[in-house]
Amino acid sequence: MTADSGAAADFARAVDPRGSSAGSASGEPRLSSAGAAGAALSGGRDRQGGEAPLRGLYSDVIRERWRRPRRRGELPGAAAVAEDVNPLCGDRVRLMLALEGGRVRAARFVGDSCAISTASADVLAEMVEGRTAAEARRIETADILDVLQTDVRPTRMRCVTLPLSVLAAALDGAGP
Amino acid sequence: MRLDELTRGDFPVLERVINGHRLVYLDSAATSQKPRAVIEAMTRYYERSHANVHRSIHTLGEEATELYEAARDRVQRFIGAGAREEVIFTRGTTDGLNLVADALGRTLAPGDEILITEMEHHSNVVPWQMAARRSGAVVRAVPVTADGRLDLEGLDRLIGERTRVFAFAHVSNVLGTINPVAVLCRRARRVGAVTVVDGAQAAPHMPLDISALDCDFYVFSGHKMLGPTGIGVLWGRRAVLERLEPTRGGGEMIKEVWLDRAAWNDLPWRFEPGTPPIAEAVGLTAAVEYLEKLGMERVQEHEQALAGQAVAALSALDGVTVYGPRAGSERGAVVAFSVAGLHPHDVAAWLDQHGIAVRAGHHCAQPLMRRLGVVGTSRASFSVFTSPEDVERLATALAELAAVL
Repeated sequence: MTADSGAAADFARAVDPRGSSAGSASGEPRLSSAGAAGAALSGGRDRQGGEAPLRGLYSDVIRERWRRPRRRGELPGAAAVAEDVNPLCGDRVRLMLALEGGRVRAARFVGDSCAISTASADVLAEMVEGRTAAEARRIETADILDVLQTDVRPTRMRCVTLPLSVLAAALDGAGP
Repeated sequence: MRLDELTRGDFPVLERVINGHRLVYLDSAATSQKPRAVIEAMTRYYERSHANVHRSIHTLGEEATELYEAARDRVQRFIGAGAREEVIFTRGTTDGLNLVADALGRTLAPGDEILITEMEHHSNVVPWQMAARRSGAVVRAVPVTADGRLDLEGLDRLIGERTRVFAFAHVSNVLGTINPVAVLCRRARRVGAVTVVDGAQAAPHMPLDISALDCDFYVFSGHKMLGPTGIGVLWGRRAVLERLEPTRGGGEMIKEVWLDRAAWNDLPWRFEPGTPPIAEAVGLTAAVEYLEKLGMERVQEHEQALAGQAVAALSALDGVTVYGPRAGSERGAVVAFSVAGLHPHDVAAWLDQHGIAVRAGHHCAQPLMRRLGVVGTSRASFSVFTSPEDVERLATALAELAAVL
């Protein structure tokens, strides 16, 4: 692509589907539709073969969870839902929990988030399934890092912990 | 000799090796690195002349006062201001914008309108929202066009008799767009609005002539222009400054104090309560001298060429999107981009592995990110020491990343 048309056309493409700026300025609609929520990482999900991207940068688990998350998606009729933003980068994660007999029957997440945050949310959603609220609350950052098989630099630690604080908020909203 | 070849040896930090690679620092828009002249000037000040300014009747106090006030004269000349009284030292751009918004906000009433733009940094958005909340005024925003410019027709629709303030960036910290300050100020003047220009991304990168811009306030930071953190400049037109009540009280800003009242000091000290950033002013003087020695025309030419090179090189990569004015048009020393399928933080982390420092995220411009329809972008930004090879290193690392996607 040429420099001229490339930059301008991409800008236009990014702006147009959202219509008027008033609509996109509310901040809320981004996650209300699955399409918009998945867009940021949709390219990463379906890629097959070839040398894996970000090799040497992140652990295999992070890259695998980022490319093929197991718990990503909407959960209609979820009893507990919470969403939060990482003020450092604007990343947004929403966690949805279906509860049954005092336990988490299913958990799903959607979000505009980086590889670390996506992987963390995916691991966490998987971990909470089958647990009571009290058990779910006991999950710590270290538990997630164990599964991710990685150390995370301090600047990226919030990417790991964001899903955890969203989980706490979701459980708070669901009652005792 | 190219500017980067001339200056490279002056910046000690550039000798660092990061993750096995020579540091390529492409984050000068966030904060610039410091030449030895600035670091040494501050050290010399602390080792020889440090004392409090204006109040100490001893030799060191006189030296410190002289150095501090000399910084004001130096800045005045650097930006082409008419009078030294119009140059107020702040803690930085954010501090300066808050000061203006706070002071101007007290003159606003319900129904008044504050006009900003969609491409503003949060520091030129939030202080106005605060001023509006306190006064009952309303904040409106000039839209951005598809090619990353201010929509001047939109401006015409929004600006009017109710517009009391028009605040906008000289250069966008994301798009690199250079806004036509004089044109915008003329339109504001027609309706009697006060103009406030955020010059954080302009002052370090181009020649400035405040008197030709015809604005009422112009604000920038020292640390983005090779100077130290903790100091910034608020230039204000004297006639407007004199109408404003100071918003912060303390020593230095008063002429006389009684238990129940006080009389304000003259400009500029009226707006500089407390002990000012003295060592930082000394460092700022050294930074201005350094830039003036290079020549701001030459600085702008050098960085424009780098921006042009980066736009061309990155746009040519499959899967890489470059934002802002199209190639070939004038732009500031920043180039924002994204890699399809990758979050900007992951891109920045990848580049850091290669010793390349870029900024990633929303760049404190979330309304603009929503307008672009992205969570964030990565951003490369340039300074006097940035070389064409640095830009090539960026393009090569990105090409490698894009190739495995």
